[in-house]
Amino acid sequence: MFKRIYALLHKDVLLEFRQKHTFYGIVLYIASTVFVIYLSFPDKPDGATWNSLFWIIQLFICVNAVAKSFLQESRGRMLYFYSIASPAEFIISKIIYNVLLMVLMSSISLILFFFFLTNPVNNALQFTGIVILGGVSISLVFTLMSAIAAKAQQNAALIAIMGFPIILPQLLMLMKLSKVAFAEVFRAGAVTQLSMLIVGLDVLVIAMAVVLFPYLWKD
Amino acid sequence: MYWLLQWLWCFFRIYGKINKNIIIKPTKNSKPATVNSKLYPIFAAQKNLLLKKNWWKILSFVLLIYTVVAGFLIKVPDLPIIHQSIRNLYFHVCMWFAMMILFIISFVYSILYLNNNLYRNDIYARQFAAVGAFLGILGYSTGAIWANYTWLTDQNQSLGSVLKEPKLLGAAIALLIYGAYFVLRGSFTDIDKRARVSAVYNIFAFVMLFPSIWIIPRMVGSLHPGAPGSDTGNPALNAQKDLDAVMRMVFYPAVIGWTLLGVWIATLKVRIQLLQDKTLINE
Repeated sequence: MFKRIYALLHKDVLLEFRQKHTFYGIVLYIASTVFVIYLSFPDKPDGATWNSLFWIIQLFICVNAVAKSFLQESRGRMLYFYSIASPAEFIISKIIYNVLLMVLMSSISLILFFFFLTNPVNNALQFTGIVILGGVSISLVFTLMSAIAAKAQQNAALIAIMGFPIILPQLLMLMKLSKVAFAEVFRAGAVTQLSMLIVGLDVLVIAMAVVLFPYLWKD
Repeated sequence: MYWLLQWLWCFFRIYGKINKNIIIKPTKNSKPATVNSKLYPIFAAQKNLLLKKNWWKILSFVLLIYTVVAGFLIKVPDLPIIHQSIRNLYFHVCMWFAMMILFIISFVYSILYLNNNLYRNDIYARQFAAVGAFLGILGYSTGAIWANYTWLTDQNQSLGSVLKEPKLLGAAIALLIYGAYFVLRGSFTDIDKRARVSAVYNIFAFVMLFPSIWIIPRMVGSLHPGAPGSDTGNPALNAQKDLDAVMRMVFYPAVIGWTLLGVWIATLKVRIQLLQDKTLINE
């Protein structure tokens, strides 16, 4: 099982290296978005604005980065995967790949945010940890959304329509959690509670994906 | 009182007559039961639910009459700010109860659909979700009207700023999720595919809805009753603690009545849909 997951993952990473234009396309997307924000603020944004802008940008990056994971697979190729791997293996490999991609993209956007929009964060290390956690949770949800949308006709738009309401609670929690890095004082134990809740939700999403994906797969 | 009784009596008689014509009585020549209702007893129960004269429809009618009459006439405790607007409780809170129950039913039918691929279950899931979403909109609007008269104390406040409450956000997210469910359904042309994919989304969305409605509101403060500050920590309100005995006497029947009404509307919609798609269902 692990061997097959590894093989599928390896194939996705290899494909990414062969078709570098999609990867650089997303990087360019991040850079230009951050640059537009940089230009639209005459002065540097304050902490709260910076925080909310950052998470909204994360959301849009994720829609763009994760969307193609299922859309790029043609019908014939899906049939081939169907014959060589189980649905659980396939979705787990996709999840791992998307999480890696999203963590990388989150880090790039974090660096760009620090560079262009200054650094209002008090505890940069803590914030980086929260960003990675956030990248993981967002990419998990959008992986399954992308799998669902790949079955429908106007799929690219559908990812945003379906994904945004579902990601909202997690995004609100992440925004709240990231305030701790802006030196906001939390009630004792609230930070751990909040992060454990987010991690718990992630586990739930993975479990749901593994359970539900077999039904999506059959055509 | 007398004319009310007489009117109810008339209602029952007319109701019975209409029902007699609708009931399809099995004759000697008709097939006793289909294969599916033998295999899955739940389908036999479903058919009875749709076609039989149901006592719970009458119960729903009576309970709602009671809710409206008692809800507006019975004495309620006069608290500051809220005053008589507390009577909205019999409508606003019940809408959410009914919505949640209908969503649970829709969720169960989606699981059933994935289990046995019967198109009938997809119709059930869709119609229960539709009525649930409608009740959700009603709940949200009754809440907004209520907030307009109780939470808006300062003249400079706008309703938009007051409505940014964790509990209200959770409810709004629920409505958005089910809105997306109907958009998703609309984007398919293939019926089987639509049923399967939307069942998957329905299950996933319902599970993701749980934290936004049941967990987050327990953690953060809010103007809404049941916030951690008011030591109940409940998503809506704690009926045992927050309501006095007289109000509870109206509140619980009201919840049952509205839920039954929601189920009734949904079953009617299901019947229409089943008739429209008669040619597609051969089970």
